[in-house]
Amino acid sequence: MTLAPPSDRLTVDASGRRRSARSGRAPGRTPIGYVFVSLYALLALAFGIIPTLYAILLAFTNADGGFAGFNNFVTVVTDFRFWPAVLHVTLYLVIWLIALVIFVVLLALLVHGLRARWASTSLRFVYYLPGALAGASSVLLWLFVLDPTASPVSGLLRLMGFNSFVQVIQPGNLPAIFAIIAFWTGAGGWIVIMYGALNNISTDILEAARIDGANAVQIAIRIQLPMLRKWIAYMGVMSLAAGTQLFVEPQLLSQASNGVVPNDYSLNQLAYQYAFEQNDFNGAAAISLILLIVALLLSWVFVTRGGLFERE
Amino acid sequence: MVGIPTVVRARRRSALTAAAFGAAAALLILTGCSNGGSTTNGSYGFPEAKQDPASTITVWVDADRQAAAKAFEKANPDTKIKVVTYDGSANGSNSFKTKMQLFDRAGSGWPDVVFSSQNNDAAWASQKSGGKQAFAAVLDKGLVPKDTLSNFTEGALNPCTVSGEVYCLRNDLAQAVLWYNKSLMDKFGYALPTTWEEYQALGEKVAKEHPGYIIGSAGDAWTPEVFMWASKCQANDVTGVKSVTVKTDSTECKRAGSLLDTLRKDGTVPVVSVFTPEFVKNYSGKVLMMPGPAWYAGAIFNNPQSLNVPAGQLGVAAPLPWKGEDSAVTGNVGGGTWFISSHSKNLKAAEQFAQFVTTADDYQVAVAPGYPAYAPAAEKWIAKQESSNYFATPLKPIVTAASQVWDGWGYPIFSQEAVWAKTMTPAITGGQSIVDLLPTWQQAIENQAKVNGYKVN
Repeated sequence: MTLAPPSDRLTVDASGRRRSARSGRAPGRTPIGYVFVSLYALLALAFGIIPTLYAILLAFTNADGGFAGFNNFVTVVTDFRFWPAVLHVTLYLVIWLIALVIFVVLLALLVHGLRARWASTSLRFVYYLPGALAGASSVLLWLFVLDPTASPVSGLLRLMGFNSFVQVIQPGNLPAIFAIIAFWTGAGGWIVIMYGALNNISTDILEAARIDGANAVQIAIRIQLPMLRKWIAYMGVMSLAAGTQLFVEPQLLSQASNGVVPNDYSLNQLAYQYAFEQNDFNGAAAISLILLIVALLLSWVFVTRGGLFERE
Repeated sequence: MVGIPTVVRARRRSALTAAAFGAAAALLILTGCSNGGSTTNGSYGFPEAKQDPASTITVWVDADRQAAAKAFEKANPDTKIKVVTYDGSANGSNSFKTKMQLFDRAGSGWPDVVFSSQNNDAAWASQKSGGKQAFAAVLDKGLVPKDTLSNFTEGALNPCTVSGEVYCLRNDLAQAVLWYNKSLMDKFGYALPTTWEEYQALGEKVAKEHPGYIIGSAGDAWTPEVFMWASKCQANDVTGVKSVTVKTDSTECKRAGSLLDTLRKDGTVPVVSVFTPEFVKNYSGKVLMMPGPAWYAGAIFNNPQSLNVPAGQLGVAAPLPWKGEDSAVTGNVGGGTWFISSHSKNLKAAEQFAQFVTTADDYQVAVAPGYPAYAPAAEKWIAKQESSNYFATPLKPIVTAASQVWDGWGYPIFSQEAVWAKTMTPAITGGQSIVDLLPTWQQAIENQAKVNGYKVN
């Protein structure tokens, strides 16, 4: 038999919830809410909105503060380092986002499917562990992992034909390496989140599906995945925002390899170079704005496609 | 719900944050937090801040130079100094320049004396930046006595000299020499090469007769400074404050490239950085010869963490000439510099400090690990090293090499090491030949020069 998602149940469920929301006390705007949100709002203003506005101001002015039109943008886009950096970040994002979505969802489903409680708990803990290391220190750890002479997995590296650190960090390998590092540090947290989202799916629905004869794979594909869509989109937006800002990994790898990995590998590094190497804050601001616009556009795609702001 | 995963938080290190710092600096300016010190036209050739001879001076040093500050405090208990440790701009971090530019934007906060481990700081520190007075005080217009300046080894102040004026004092020299293992050479019955051509021939011989032994290494970012510079390759000829001549298609560049290609193929000059565990593991006890800077002695050979060559084996020979050239020239890899801030409120103490750390025996001879740039101290330093009985030969060649650094290779703002590391090292590791890569190298240097505002001839 074909299995249709029990949509009638869904609507009943959702409308039922809506009714209860209406019948209850309307959520009043209590002052305490403002207190909760005030600190975030202040910080967002001080470290998000004001700097963004300042960056916009910088991007359209020159060093003396005069109006520069699009000159700064022309300068950075025609810089010989700009397009390679765009390519690097794009490749990294494609590899990383695809890997993240596929593996996180897969692992979360597997962990969720475990019958034994202890196994699921300990696995989630193990997944989360690498993420507990702060960004920079986890990269430092990877410096050792990637060096065939010091790596605990040196056998594997040599099997792949890498006998020295410099061979490992050849330009062609870098997007994949950064994606692996980012996945390793970031995936665990997302697996825990997805696990929570899976727990949110009503057991009634899964029960009904099983009674209708769906096996685990069918349940995953036809019920759990569609109901995770929002969370996957959320993960996509967040990871995209983080990924376009690739900075720590190449910067540390650049210092560790004494410059074999260039210090202008990613767009964010290039912005840093402009600001602090060439003393051109206006150019740096222009690169930041380009990044911001691209990230906003891509986020918009994720939000609309993933139905992130749809009300249930 | 679980919070946003760490990866997001950790990497919110966006350029916007940089902009935020910039914003903070701008706000400081707007709110009038500038130092307000009136400047007068000083007697040393630059506008001075109002002087206060009793004020404490702030000195920035790297970890290795903390000993210099300590030696100064011991010798001059009356001069108050505040020591700040930073990375010395090492590994291309450029923190010196970065921090000074932020102080420029804020209009205050500059340290009085700064040590840098790089040679490309005078190029920017001597110039006005964003309408602000140049950071570096000019030293040869009365601030530092003429006698002191003239006692530095010939050519030692080249990295400090911009348009004929001196902007920093050199701490140590890093002239390249030919290090060799005398015991091994004797054992194999090899004579020291006297030209680069003989060096190459010997390398080919070693590959056949004693595979596994090496006569140099070319895996570091300073490979061009050891081999290309010593071959008079005109890849970095700074001809003016903002102009550079780059010509990598010359015979001089090709011969050095071809030497390296030949010796890499037969395994006697591997593309492995001397500071990797791999190098120590594979080549301990196997280094027959090694062209490289003076500081290799302490950093690589006589270092338990590195090659750990036993006493009585290490010898040193003068830089090699190419066949048909009457005198040898050599390259240089780093060697620190000391800058005095033109914004200092106590120039007298700052000058006293800079002069002490570069010339006084208490530091340069008694403590310093590198070859002193100040000639009188260098002589005593060499004598001290020889009396340690570590070396198998006299150290005279190091002194000879000190004034043989070729002056056709300049000190621009951008780092030639960074260009080589990112453009050449991966390609060479991937098996391409240096001779074939010369045009790529040329293009990379030109690109880097242009974005830094240089006119390329």
